[in-house]
Amino acid sequence: MELGLDVDDSRPPYTVLAVKGEVDVYTAPRLREKLVELVSQGKHQIVVDLEGVDFLDSTGLGVLVGGLKRLRSHDGELSLVCTHQRVMKVFEITGLTKVFSIYGSVDDAVAG
Amino acid sequence: MPERRVAVDRELVLQLDVPSRPEFIAVVRLVVASLASDRRALADERIDDLKLAVSEACTNAIEANRSANPAAPVHVEVWEAPDRMEVTVKDNGPGFDPARLEHPPAVTDPQRLQFERGLGIPLIRMLVDSAEFSGTDQGTVVRMTLFGGPANGDDTGTIYMDASKVQGARPLD
Repeated sequence: MELGLDVDDSRPPYTVLAVKGEVDVYTAPRLREKLVELVSQGKHQIVVDLEGVDFLDSTGLGVLVGGLKRLRSHDGELSLVCTHQRVMKVFEITGLTKVFSIYGSVDDAVAG
Repeated sequence: MPERRVAVDRELVLQLDVPSRPEFIAVVRLVVASLASDRRALADERIDDLKLAVSEACTNAIEANRSANPAAPVHVEVWEAPDRMEVTVKDNGPGFDPARLEHPPAVTDPQRLQFERGLGIPLIRMLVDSAEFSGTDQGTVVRMTLFGGPANGDDTGTIYMDASKVQGARPLD
């Protein structure tokens, strides 16, 4: 099972990380490594695009919370793009919709 | 007069042992979800809920086995009864006491961001109709139940929708 992780730097100061596939305990470490790598490159405004994600579990949520925490300690921000109900539901029932800024499109996310 | 069927006990429809390795959880998710979707009258959204709950239970089971007995498999069973489907996930870990689980702080509490883990069990409880956790020193069993009849409605005693008998119903064009 491959996790797609595409980085798009064409909209500074934002870095868009498009995730594709299923995020679970097997694939989440790759997402974590990618976020850590981006932060260490000085990219502190990260938009994680979850539109290509068809499954996300609590391990994936944990990685995103970890990324947000890391970015906030650099005065940065991690926002999300998500419209799929099955993925949104995981944020809703855990209350994490109040922790993350969640947008309907990458355009909206980079417009803040 | 046909013999009246007594209350039907649940029936085992799937047993699966998978190695305690993260890459196998996707397989369990897929198998349980397709079984549920084929055999039960459950909305797609409920199938997604089950998929996530099963995934969370397997993640915890793998973690428990890894700390105690890495060679032990995760044992998954699917049971069916006329009114419900049950999925059990069993590990051979040291067992745990669900009452002693730490609760993550409220989302409005800045401390909430310190919690990157521990969401699995609250999620399971919210996603399925009934979730039971029983821990012994032999391991933990998580039993997750979704209520709803079989997809084909063949089972005696099962109430299911028959469009032709619903007042005012008419066939789709």
